[in-house]
Parts: sequence; C-alpha cells; structure tokens
Amino acid sequence: MTSGDLKAETVIIEGHGGDPVEAYVAIPQGGPPSGGVVVIHHMPGYDAATKEITRKFAANGYLALMPNLYFREAPDASPDDAAATARANGGVPDERLVGDVAGAMAHLTGLPESNGKLATIGYCSGGRQSLLAACTLDLDAAVDCYGAFALTAPPDEFPLKITPLGDRVTHLSCPLLGLFGADDQYPGPEEVADLERILVAAGKEVEVHSYEGAGHAFFNTDRQSFRPEAAADGWERIWAFFGTHLST
Amino acid sequence: MCTYRTTTLEVEGSGKGAAGWFPVTDASVYFDHPVHAPADHTLNVDLRNPSRDASARVAVELDPVSARALALAILEMLDSAPAGLIHS
Repeated sequence: MTSGDLKAETVIIEGHGGDPVEAYVAIPQGGPPSGGVVVIHHMPGYDAATKEITRKFAANGYLALMPNLYFREAPDASPDDAAATARANGGVPDERLVGDVAGAMAHLTGLPESNGKLATIGYCSGGRQSLLAACTLDLDAAVDCYGAFALTAPPDEFPLKITPLGDRVTHLSCPLLGLFGADDQYPGPEEVADLERILVAAGKEVEVHSYEGAGHAFFNTDRQSFRPEAAADGWERIWAFFGTHLST
Repeated sequence: MCTYRTTTLEVEGSGKGAAGWFPVTDASVYFDHPVHAPADHTLNVDLRNPSRDASARVAVELDPVSARALALAILEMLDSAPAGLIHS
C-alpha cells in the first residue's frame, strides 16, 4: 500500500541526438525501489492533464516521466501553441520519438528510487508511439491507449510524418496491454483485431480490451468522450499489468 | 476520435495574438478535438508565423455549423467587394 506521497518537478533530460528535452518527472516518496513509466503525451501536447496522469502513477507507487515531445519546436510555449506548431509540421518523427523515450528511460533508471524495470504508456498518438517504443527498445511492459495508424497508413491528406509499423510490431520486446474504444474509428475495430492477431501469431504476450460504448479518448476526463466505467476498468487493468511486469 | 486531418496553407496579412499584432504567413485548418471550446470536435483555425515563436498564433475553435456560416460569410463578402479593390 503506497502512501500516495510524491515529488513532481520539471527537469531537462537528454533526448534524441543528445538534445536537451524538457520533462515532467514524478517520484513516489518513502516506498521501496519501484518501476518507472515513460508517459507519452497525446497530440494536444505536454499539458496539465497529462502531468496529472504522470503524478497519478507516482501516487500509485511508480516513477513516471513525461518528456515534452514538442520541446524542440516550441521550448517556451504554452501546450496548445506548441501542439499547433507540431501539428503544422506533421507531428513528431518516429526516430526522434524513440530517441526521446530512450532518454527518458535512461533518466528513470538513473534515479535511486528505480528498481530497473521500465514501461511506456501512451494515449492517442502516444498510444502508437508507446507501441513503437516497445518494438524498438527493451522494455518490461507497454500500454497502448487507443493509438491509431499502428498497422493502417494515414490517408494521403493527413500530413503526419508517420508510417505504419508493419512487420516491426513482431519485434515487440515486452508484454503489451491495449485499451481501445469499440466506437473509435482511428483506430477502428478491424485494426485493433489485426494488431492482436499479428502479435499473438508472433508469439507475443498481448492483452487487448475494447470497451463497448466508448470511443476515442475515453480516459480523458476533460472531454465529452470521457467514459467513467471504461476508464475505471482500464485503470484497474493498468495497475494489474504494471503490478505483474514492473515488480522485482 | 482524433481525426488527425490538417490542411496547411500560406496566407498573407496580420493577426492579433496574445502579445499583439503580428504578420501572419501560415494557416492550419483542422476538424478535431478543441482545447477550449466545450465540444468533442470543432473546426479549428490557427493563423501563425513560424518565423516567430509558437505564441505568434491566432487560434479559433468553432462548432461546425458556425464555421460553415462564417466560411460562407467570408466568401460572400469577397464576392461582393467593390470592383477593383481585390487584386488576385
């Protein structure tokens, strides 16, 4: 049982290419060494809501760090201004994302409170990025919350600098928990089913849940898309998943 | 859902942002989740100047009915402008 005590602050980590990247880190206080979670923010950016999620992990006994994936584009900007700039530029390139997550991982395992175990979790575009990181880096667990375009290419008129992960998903380095809304279109039910099928066929440990009556962003308490029952069940599954895979 | 679709284009003119007037050079138009408007999806327009920092932005989020009415009003105003005033 954790006390819920935590310390949270803004730090600078070394990201892709050795670049300084702003990050928000939350560390539980007073407990034993614990696993670390890299929190990958959604398209709206390095915002207050995702900082709250980062603190939630620490309040529940996990180290957590959210890199500001838009720091290079807009180092001193408000989250929505930074997100608008990143959006106009086509989003975050995959190679850079992986490098920034690797930097976040190094920062977490360098903390005295770390037990050496690491996971990623991402929401929306961050969901795909969490899966990408888990297919590229050595992790102990990964959670994909409604990430689109893991297998399906975005239409031509979407100016996103991303490509489907394709065969890379079979390089998944760790167990994956996927949480999706059955009413979502990006990703749609077919893509979710395909992802599970491909990973199972490749012998990967994967757990997928699609919530009826929920669409995209069902975890987001600030939006009409919030679905309290789906979110509550999703969080229970996250705690169970991390409890299994981030313990020593 | 996140629609992800975004149209970007070059524009010419001025916009008033949080820090005052500035030349606008780029626009992004997307129908996606808003930051502030109390709706799941809005028609969002960012007027920007990438040569300045990210805060050089005029942002608006409109419900789709309002956005369409505004678009039509813009077109009607341009179509009815006095002859010779618009140089394409």
